[in-house]
Amino acid sequence: MSVAILRQGDYLIASIQVDLSDSQVLELRDELSERIGRVRARGLIIDVAALDVIDSFVARSLGSIAITARLRGAETVITGIEPDVAIAMVQFDLDLAPLRTALDLDEALSLLDRLTQGAGEDEA
Amino acid sequence: MRHEVRVPISSDADLVPARAEGRALARELGFSQTDATLIATAISEIARNIVVHARSGELVMTGIQQPHRYGLVIVASDAGPGIPEIDTALERGHTSRRSLGLGLPGARRLMDEFEVETDAAKGTTVTMTKWRARDELERLRARRRERA
Ligand SMILES: Nc1ncnc2c1ncn2[C@@H]1O[C@H](COP(=O)(O)OP(=O)(O)OP(=O)(O)O)[C@@H](O)[C@H]1O
Ligand SMILES: [Mg+2]
Repeated sequence: MSVAILRQGDYLIASIQVDLSDSQVLELRDELSERIGRVRARGLIIDVAALDVIDSFVARSLGSIAITARLRGAETVITGIEPDVAIAMVQFDLDLAPLRTALDLDEALSLLDRLTQGAGEDEA
Repeated sequence: MRHEVRVPISSDADLVPARAEGRALARELGFSQTDATLIATAISEIARNIVVHARSGELVMTGIQQPHRYGLVIVASDAGPGIPEIDTALERGHTSRRSLGLGLPGARRLMDEFEVETDAAKGTTVTMTKWRARDELERLRARRRERA
């Protein structure tokens, strides 16, 4: 399997296991959108460490996954961006603003806890 | 050590070996991990342009050695429709496919040298080169030693 998707409480954790082709990235987007609705997830973590690079296509796809997830009620955090990949993204001049990132899974989980708590308080 | 690697490009799945081969050759040639990633990212964009805009083509990656430096040259060629307005296509945000037009300008920034030859009859050839940073450092050090 090229992506392992696990459920942890209200969150989905998608760990990419190998470098993905563009079509596999699009399949992942559709699969995650469907799963978020089905399990009513409130948070999504995507671990991208296994991707060889984050180029314009991957950055755009991650952005559209985050937007789709939000429309379905879940916040997204990207984790596993290696230092060399981050340097390449900056030099490429890719816009990272729409993506929330965390250094590791623990940080991603606590970031999601804060984000989803905030949403709950707003409604109250 | 291999000095030339060819990767045929005819579908998006071919980008996966293209990136991996580019990274592996860069590492064999002594490029840093960061430079190998910059090179693999540029390869990804240029190979995707072949698939999206020209359907099929080929990448040839070659290690080159000059008297004082090592480099990696990537030649991406296709027999597609060519790029009508190459000067604007090299600017950020110019696209014929309602995409974002980030690929060509981004790849150009990641590499040291970047040239496009394009013709409606012959197709497009992108030639891009990265020089090994270590050689630049050693040259600077040598110059400093000479002055001292
Ligand atoms: N190999 C090619 N053959 C024909 N046309 C090309 C080729 N590569 C690029 N082009 C043309 O140059 C334009 C700019 O390319 P660039 O990669 O910068 O943007 P894009 O592919 O349209 O969008 P993005 O890369 O952001 O998804 C393309 O829209 C296309 O018209
Ligand atoms: Mg492109």
